[in-house]
Amino acid sequence: MKKADRKRSVPLLELAHARSGDKGDTANVGLIALKPEYYPILVKHVTAARVARHFKGMISGPVERYELPNLHALNFLLHGALDGGGTISLKTALLRLELELPK
Amino acid sequence: MKPRSATVRIAAGQGFWGDWLEAPYRQVTGGPVDYLMMDYLAEVTMSILQKQKSRDPSLGYAKDFIPLMERILPIVAERRIKITANAGGVNPRGCAQAVAEVARRLRLSGKLRIGVVTGDDLLGRLDGLLARGHELQNLDTNRRLADVRDRVVSANAYLGAWPVVDALRRGADVVVTGRVTDTGLTLAPMIHAFGWRPDAWDLLAAGTVAGHTIECGAQCSGGNCLVDWERIPDLANVGYPIVEAAPDGTFEITKHPGTGGRISVAGVTEQLVYEMGNPGEYITPDCIADFTTIRLEQHGKDRVRVSGVRGRPATDKLKVSIGYFYGYKAVGTLVYAWPDAYQKAQAADRILRQRLADLGLKFESVLTEFVGADATHGPLARASAPLDQLPEVQLRIGVRSPDRAAVDRFTREIAPLILNGPPSVTGFAGGRPKPEEIVAYWPALLDKGMVEPCVEVVDV
Repeated sequence: MKKADRKRSVPLLELAHARSGDKGDTANVGLIALKPEYYPILVKHVTAARVARHFKGMISGPVERYELPNLHALNFLLHGALDGGGTISLKTALLRLELELPK
Repeated sequence: MKPRSATVRIAAGQGFWGDWLEAPYRQVTGGPVDYLMMDYLAEVTMSILQKQKSRDPSLGYAKDFIPLMERILPIVAERRIKITANAGGVNPRGCAQAVAEVARRLRLSGKLRIGVVTGDDLLGRLDGLLARGHELQNLDTNRRLADVRDRVVSANAYLGAWPVVDALRRGADVVVTGRVTDTGLTLAPMIHAFGWRPDAWDLLAAGTVAGHTIECGAQCSGGNCLVDWERIPDLANVGYPIVEAAPDGTFEITKHPGTGGRISVAGVTEQLVYEMGNPGEYITPDCIADFTTIRLEQHGKDRVRVSGVRGRPATDKLKVSIGYFYGYKAVGTLVYAWPDAYQKAQAADRILRQRLADLGLKFESVLTEFVGADATHGPLARASAPLDQLPEVQLRIGVRSPDRAAVDRFTREIAPLILNGPPSVTGFAGGRPKPEEIVAYWPALLDKGMVEPCVEVVDV
């Protein structure tokens, strides 16, 4: 069996919920594990680089990540997210992300 | 010394200016509370209020606050409920005066004291501050304020809880403030009730977390909550949150019995991460709260217990919120129907953009959205939805320019598309869009010593 076959694609929506807000041109998305045991999966797979790739073309600046193990949550700061204005919903857009997890 | 209260109940009544008008009334009638906290001010609100005040010097505060006070003052006076509200905007004295008039009309003379907190308004002091070397650099861009000085319309320092505490200590029943932080309005009653000291950083941080939890009203009691959203009960009758605080800095978030919504760890967590920067340092004028120390547990139905909050000493700066005139904008919309709804909306956008270019109009930005197709998720939506089968798509196109004439001409280019553009169009009942002024936000820091809060307490 090839290694690739042992992976499965899981939508982030099944592992986490989220809330977003903004300050100036920076948006934040708080990503919260639906169960405590999902938190380490988020820490490992939902990296700042992965989130930056997901939002490519939608934000113009870098992505920062902070960990809140006490709340089983990650906080992402998306810089240059609001320049275009408009009605973008970053929290649900982030939950579209698909993770490649071991079976 | 007076005996200190065992617990104090602080109810959130407004999460922003324009929030549910029924909420404050329900909070003071639905069960026992000691304080009603109402947050009215967002980043750009001060500029809107400053503009109103420049047209009429008696205005410049949240006007809704006055009829609301008329409705609830007899109840809060009878039940000895105290109110903290930053409804004063850029004219707290005018706001307090209007509240006093209402109170006298309600025959509450001699039964009510009103506190007023000012000193946050820096608009008249800006040139002096700049001349003394306070550059008020933009925290996001590092630009110096001098670059936009002639376009500044409002400038307010964020004051913390202590001036509000001062007003409460002097017997104020209703404290009306200018730009006091959202969290300070909740922290102040705790400091007052429990006698917390100015260097009790863990306690001040706990009260700050309590304030952050309820500052957006129902957003922590079931509103705007993604988890299991369809099963959140009776949002029509949603209960706004109440903090039940203890002198040791622990507190519980709950709501009145018989109300809708839900107080859960998931919902409270969502509110905690709302508008969060670095969770290790949530900076207010009163302290630095460390959100990575917060412990949450469900403590019965619709009740979440919060403990463990640690804090650090406050910084020697205050944040200043400055609004400056940036230019003009307008947004026009049209709705295209099946078949080929998305394609028709795209075609209309191309036609409109060509006409704007042919007219030689210059815009700093032209933003097109296709609502119903990809407005909220951008390119991510295109990957998953069958965009050629959509029953309808709203074309929403916005322009921004320093040139008012260009924006004004844009607003006249929408309606013609109904008869001279792609077919099956509707959704233009609102008429021609109106050009609006844009006030941009300029965050800065200022030495604390440069701001002197002023507290007055008057009998009605």
